[in-house]
Amino acid sequence: MTTTTELAVSASGLVKTFGDFTAVDGIDLEIRRGEVFGVLGPNGAGKTTTLKMLATLLPIDAGKAEIFGVDVKAHPHQVRQLVGVTGQYASVDENLTATENLVLFGRLLGMSGKAARAASEELLESFGLQEAAKRQISKFSGGMRRRLDLAASLLSRPPLIFLDEPTTGLDPRTRGQMWDTIRTLVAGGSTVLLTTQYLDEADQLADRIAVIDRGVKVAEGTSEQLKTSVGNSTLHLRLSDKTQVATAAAVVEKVTGDRPVLTPEAGGVNVPLADADRAADVLIGLRHAGISITTANVQQPTLDEVFLALTGHGTDSPESAVSPDNSVNSDIHTEEVA
Amino acid sequence: MAALISTYAVADRPLKARPGVGETISQTLTMARRAYIKMMRNPEQFFDVTIQPLLFTAMFAYIFGGAISGDVKSYLPTIITGILAQTALTASMARGTQLREDMDKGVFDRFKALPIARIAPLAGPAVADLLRYGIAATLTIVVGLLMGYRPGGGVGGVLAGWALTIFAGWSLSWIFTWLGTVLKTAGGVQGLGMMIMFPLTFLSPAFVPKETMPDWLQHFVDVNPVTLVINATRDLMNAGDVTMSVVWALVGCAAVVAIFAPLSVWSYSKKL
Repeated sequence: MTTTTELAVSASGLVKTFGDFTAVDGIDLEIRRGEVFGVLGPNGAGKTTTLKMLATLLPIDAGKAEIFGVDVKAHPHQVRQLVGVTGQYASVDENLTATENLVLFGRLLGMSGKAARAASEELLESFGLQEAAKRQISKFSGGMRRRLDLAASLLSRPPLIFLDEPTTGLDPRTRGQMWDTIRTLVAGGSTVLLTTQYLDEADQLADRIAVIDRGVKVAEGTSEQLKTSVGNSTLHLRLSDKTQVATAAAVVEKVTGDRPVLTPEAGGVNVPLADADRAADVLIGLRHAGISITTANVQQPTLDEVFLALTGHGTDSPESAVSPDNSVNSDIHTEEVA
Repeated sequence: MAALISTYAVADRPLKARPGVGETISQTLTMARRAYIKMMRNPEQFFDVTIQPLLFTAMFAYIFGGAISGDVKSYLPTIITGILAQTALTASMARGTQLREDMDKGVFDRFKALPIARIAPLAGPAVADLLRYGIAATLTIVVGLLMGYRPGGGVGGVLAGWALTIFAGWSLSWIFTWLGTVLKTAGGVQGLGMMIMFPLTFLSPAFVPKETMPDWLQHFVDVNPVTLVINATRDLMNAGDVTMSVVWALVGCAAVVAIFAPLSVWSYSKKL
């Protein structure tokens, strides 16, 4: 059987329920060949569940998914031949050495012992793990495990690679190394589906990003489009007098034309800026209105802000959503970036 | 590295509909090798097949020998074959708990994601376990011989009984493999395994003649698969005869595999 479709992944209306809980509630995804596609969302948004359904690791409750035109539900064995999966937690054997792990997976994929050993040596070298080849994985650092895990996923030369939160829990330096590895992979022409909690990771690596929240896709687009939806940067202000929050919001709206995001409990006013230069205008406006501030800083939008803008609630505490009258929802239309 | 990786992106290639028989066997042997390496690195996995046969054979023979058969030596043909069946059962029980523990680890996610036969991750460790049953059976027989056991079946009979014990252990391990795929925790598998193992071993002629038990209990003893194995082992080792008991024991073991191997694979694949 040969696949001819131009899409690496095509999924529509994917649903997964665990008892009463709907983890994935009708997600559509279309990933083109050679593309790096990021699925961005907080913990529990349904990213990993979606990926596991596409990788045949979880049954699909409703909807349809195709990998290079092969139906996932009907032909799981064929889909497994097209996909390499690197999980959130390293899926390698703790009691075996790096070489033993790779040779094991190589043999399972039908390589001869000699070919498996050669492939293992080659991969360990390209992932900078050759000096650890004979060590048991239980003695590996987190970053080394992730790299070995990725190496194991590449043994079968899969045209599509799933990376489930490849850098969660890694220190910044190891994270950078992992990013470099993923970039090299992409340069080689692989199609990559990446899940992440970090906007900057999606920003660094992904061509297009789908934002997922509570099992639903809330937006899709390039990282530029997503960031523009909340302003290119944000001015974070703390007021000396918390009771002036509403007044400050009115002043800011007059200056920028957009309503700011408020955190009244902390006396915070977060102003989305199309242009960082506008920060000065906002500050001057507040000075004229006699509103005193304790801190001010300009930042790139965070995932939290993208989320707040797209869904009306933050990433950490979905239940403590901003009350409707001071949310910025009305200004952001998810269709614009979709 | 770019040069290496670039050869990894091949989208249009022939796909196999399902794993073939040859592939399934080779994948099973690869998984057996993994289990074997792990076994060698965790020597605790050999406690139940080394210490137990040594301890139980000596203990039971010296404690019950006089009471049941008049003296230790004439009890040996009964107790050695009984202990053989008991060790096979205990050793096979460990299969379930180990599988459960193994399945909770990340590496099983990879096994599931690989294009391999679903039975390979289950059957591989079962193949490696043959080594454990072999050690258990050998030790039990050697201890018996040292204590003065002189099997009437000669070398051929003893070897046949040895092989039957290993086959029985392997067959029964599929019951526990299935439990491992069904139950949620290794502790649960262990607990339920014990509840199955004790009645099966003790409600059999493993340690005492069944005639000494009440009538109603003898009915259970007669249909207990462990009884089939014990009777067959006794016929082979003590008399050197290939009787109908041997045939029934083989049929019984094969039936256990025929029922529980597909059940295990089904329940394992369903959990994907």
